Amino acid sequence: MPRRRRLRRMVSPPGFKGYRPYGANSDDSGYVELLYEEYEALKLADYNLMNHLEASKLMGVSRATFARIYESARRKIAQALVESKEIKTVYGNAHLDKDWYVCNDCYVRFTIPRPHRHRHHCPMCKSEKIELVNQK
Amino acid sequence: MKTVITSTGNGVNSQFDKRFGRAAWFCVLDEETGKTEFYENPNKDAQGGAGTKTVEKMVELGVSKVISGDFGPKAKDLLDKFNIQMVIIQDDDVTVEDVIRKIK
Repeated sequence: MPRRRRLRRMVSPPGFKGYRPYGANSDDSGYVELLYEEYEALKLADYNLMNHLEASKLMGVSRATFARIYESARRKIAQALVESKEIKTVYGNAHLDKDWYVCNDCYVRFTIPRPHRHRHHCPMCKSEKIELVNQK
Repeated sequence: MKTVITSTGNGVNSQFDKRFGRAAWFCVLDEETGKTEFYENPNKDAQGGAGTKTVEKMVELGVSKVISGDFGPKAKDLLDKFNIQMVIIQDDDVTVEDVIRKIK
């Protein structure tokens, strides 16, 4: 039996469900499935410009595994571009890290539910000195 | 807006309870009127699923914020799903009254 796949931690899911080519010759040339963790790897390495070691720690996997996920992401996107395929994002083996904040005045930890994302103050002391922490 | 503070007893002078699902009592504070109500936790000594049942109770009460010492993984996921804000206080030796005073 193969080893169990560890879940890859990620900060937030992609803000889209997929990308579709337009102006392509054939209407339906299929799609590639981009896993959430592949999107995350690409984002950390090429958008946030992190090195692989830092990025792998953030996602809770080894550097080698990170490199494999990242490579898979690049290959899928390249395939989609060359073969004008649609990209669909699927959940994969990710687990979403909820956003935990810490207040630097009274040191409480708290979450901000999605409908109130604009509220950026501490729920206890109303201080605005809050910071994102990534609690497992 | 209703806030729940986990408590070890049924009065504002009681010690704050650092557990969520197995807290002894819940103090429901109405932030507009400042009134408090206390509910005993029926899942205090539950074998399992205390967190889940407690979240159900929170949803029933229409709570939007929960203040406790820690939340289990199931409780965290559920509270997140119902858009209930979680607040973790790690201080020892605080009473429910201290917490209420801090919110205001």
